[in-house]
Amino acid sequence: MTFTDWIGEPVNWFFTAIGLVVLFAGLRVVTAKNVVHSALYLVGALGGTAGLFVLLSAEFVAWVLVLVYIGAVIVLFLFGIMITRAPTGLDEGLDAEKKVWPVALSVAVFVAMAWSSIESFEPTVLLGTGEATSTELVGESLLGRFVIPFEVVSFVLLAALVGGITIARRDLTPVEEEERAAV
Amino acid sequence: MSFFVDTAGIMLVTPLMAFLAILAVGKRMKHKGGEIAVAALAVNLVWATVLFVMNMTEGVLDQTTFEIARIGSGLVFELGWVVDGLSIMMFFLVNLVGLLVFIYALGYMHGDVRVPWFFAAFSLFAGSMLILVGAPNLVQLIIGWEGVGLASYFLIGFYWDDLDNVKAGNKAFLTNKVGDVGLVLGAIILGVTIGTFDFASLAEAATEHAEALGAVAVVGGLLLFFGAMGKSAQFPLHIWLPDAMAGPTPVSALMHAATMVTAGIYLMARVFPLFENLAEEVRPLMVAIGAITLFAIGLLALVANDIKKVLAYSTVSQLGYMMTAVAAGGYTAGLFHLFTHAFFKALLFLGAGAVIHAVHSNDLSDMGGLRKHMPTTYWTFLVGSLALAGIFPFSGFWSKDEILATLGTEGYTAVMWIAIAGAFVTAFYMTRCVALTFFGTFKGHGTPHEAPRLMTGPLIGLAIPSILIGAANIPGVDWPGIGNFTDWLGVRVVAMGDHHAEGIDYALAGIGLGAALAGIAIGWLIYGKDRSTQEERDRFEVPGLFPLLRRKYYVDDVALGLVGATSGPVARFVDWTNTYILDGIVNAVGGATKFLGGIVYNGVDQIVVDGIFNGLSAAADGAGSVLRRLQTGRVQQYASGFVGGVLILVVLFVFVI
Amino acid sequence: MIVHQFLILAAALFAMGVYGLLVRRNIVLILLSVELMLNAVNINLIAFESMLATPQAIGQVFAIFVITVAAAEVGIGLAIVLMIFRNRRSANVDDLNLMRW
Repeated sequence: MTFTDWIGEPVNWFFTAIGLVVLFAGLRVVTAKNVVHSALYLVGALGGTAGLFVLLSAEFVAWVLVLVYIGAVIVLFLFGIMITRAPTGLDEGLDAEKKVWPVALSVAVFVAMAWSSIESFEPTVLLGTGEATSTELVGESLLGRFVIPFEVVSFVLLAALVGGITIARRDLTPVEEEERAAV
Repeated sequence: MSFFVDTAGIMLVTPLMAFLAILAVGKRMKHKGGEIAVAALAVNLVWATVLFVMNMTEGVLDQTTFEIARIGSGLVFELGWVVDGLSIMMFFLVNLVGLLVFIYALGYMHGDVRVPWFFAAFSLFAGSMLILVGAPNLVQLIIGWEGVGLASYFLIGFYWDDLDNVKAGNKAFLTNKVGDVGLVLGAIILGVTIGTFDFASLAEAATEHAEALGAVAVVGGLLLFFGAMGKSAQFPLHIWLPDAMAGPTPVSALMHAATMVTAGIYLMARVFPLFENLAEEVRPLMVAIGAITLFAIGLLALVANDIKKVLAYSTVSQLGYMMTAVAAGGYTAGLFHLFTHAFFKALLFLGAGAVIHAVHSNDLSDMGGLRKHMPTTYWTFLVGSLALAGIFPFSGFWSKDEILATLGTEGYTAVMWIAIAGAFVTAFYMTRCVALTFFGTFKGHGTPHEAPRLMTGPLIGLAIPSILIGAANIPGVDWPGIGNFTDWLGVRVVAMGDHHAEGIDYALAGIGLGAALAGIAIGWLIYGKDRSTQEERDRFEVPGLFPLLRRKYYVDDVALGLVGATSGPVARFVDWTNTYILDGIVNAVGGATKFLGGIVYNGVDQIVVDGIFNGLSAAADGAGSVLRRLQTGRVQQYASGFVGGVLILVVLFVFVI
Repeated sequence: MIVHQFLILAAALFAMGVYGLLVRRNIVLILLSVELMLNAVNINLIAFESMLATPQAIGQVFAIFVITVAAAEVGIGLAIVLMIFRNRRSANVDDLNLMRW
């Protein structure tokens, strides 16, 4: 398919727009000088990703993304930022001085991935926003073929929950220990 | 009766058992072990007497041996005993005289020092002598030979508190050893050539295969004679016998008069066939040496002032008689003289011992007039002296006469006249001895007393045969039923030709007797009158001869000079070899080892081995210091490495493979 | 729409996430970069699912799992960051170099 044909499809206009938003947001995540700004740009990136998912007929996943990722994870991040009292203003020492290697490495990664992707796959035409993937299908799959990973992941979540609480627990002061023992 | 013949070996063993028993329990006994020694010889005498009577009446001939070792399929070493005329005679002699001397010694050694050891060594001697005379082959003879030599050494040096006694013992042993070299070499040569050491085989080889042996027989015979010279004190190996008088008198009586010194004569008799048939060139030499011994050493008795030394020189002289006789071919003559001499010489020594015991001195100048104080001793000593001088009808007369006859018949006329002169000298010095001891006035201290019964008994016991035993060999007389001495000896392991006079040569007997009587007469003339001092006694002197005699012909000095001259340089050479060669080798080895060790340590160990290990550890150290810089603790650097690695893998798997 | 456009987009996002991982000094920002990378992976998964159209929507299920695990990981990560901040009073990753030679 040539570029002209590609541009001709309206789906691709949406894709381009959302894609640019995502790229820009992603760039700003790693280059913002303000920590909170970084987090908020990530929100943008994640939102754009959700849109892309919709384009790919993965509505359920898109909605899960928004709910879990943006709704919970980012909030958690913001809490973390606040607790660690990261300076909410501009922070000069936020980035490392020598950026040569990271730039080189990331460019190399991009090149490698892109090249291998293009080499390995034929330009398969993906259907646009046509038939949506039914949630029923996803649910059946999740609890059918992937029931064991599903259970395991729930354990992981449980472990994360308990572990997080345990790690972040505040040591009791001597006074509180006495009170605890007296009870 | 053949029981005694079969078990004759018991005689060889009992004295050795006595030796051990005395060492074990002798101390606690009343006579300090002497009882055991006497008992052993008494048991032996039973066997010896029975065998002697058996031999007299019917003749005994037997040999029992036990094989001890074998070289390849050739030489066999056997031990055992032989019972024939010669050995039976010797058994009887050794046991009888030995028993009497042992009984005497019970009295003589009473209260002396180390009495158990005395009787133990004496028993050892008796056992060794019996092993020697009962030997069926040269090997056992040599064993017995060495045994008597050892016992002699012990007993001569018995009073070892005085160094002179020890030196006398050494002299005896070493002089014997010089002769023993010849004995052993001769035995080896003969044994290896003939193929066996057995006397019977030796005699057979000598008589039947005479030509095959040839020069070996001459050399072997000469060497054996050299060994006999050492043991039987022939000139010039006689020097040890007078000094051997340092031992207790019973020792002198038994060993150095009757038995040990006769071992050489016995050996010559045993290998008589060898000399008779083959080594005929040696015999004149043997006769000559016997003659020199006989006469020259006899003269030495004239100037001796020690009573025991007189008897010692006399013994050497008589041994010369025996050797001359045997060498000249008078097998019976020599052995008969051995037989009679044992009795009267032992008697003389025991008598001298009684005198010494009473006077507490050996010196003639301390004696005199003992005839009145010690009558038994006097009469027995007189009997012995007359027998020794060869006066009719005592035993010595018959044996000496036979020797003279043999020398005459064999053609050694010159030697015969020397022997007659020797008879004169013998009578002369014995008269001197008797006169100075028993006649005149007593010149010592105190009052001498007669010897105790334990000592006088054996004196009488020995005197009787000294008188009578001559009858055993009167020429031409054959006693009914028992024959005479020649017949008794005739029963040998191998029959040998012998020369025995058929009748008495009255002329020769008369000349011999005349010479002896002349000796007594002249001796009495010179020494019979009592002198008060020793200088007056010594005033009689043959000018020129007596000073030479007093220096004992300088033989001792020559011998000492020889030993001194050789042993010094030899010792110095050995010392040089030891210090420079042996020690040099050892030091060189040590030095080389040290040097090599230094190389290994400094070169190999320090540099190479340590270098390897130091190098390895330095490498590890260096690698560590370099590699640890990877661990910066900075997570982002780890992450970079991580990403880089993944990239490489991706490239590798996607594009390359 | 062709699949490549999504893959390249995801590659770019991933690369940006790597850059952020290696460059940022604040631990929270590093975690944000990790989230970015995980997001890129999700895009890839959904794109492949769309391409392959498996009967059980495997790609989408996988993407759900990724999201879930990411959430758990963020929870733990932030708890740790909290402890670090309490002990060291600083959220700078350069200060956390104790495990060095």
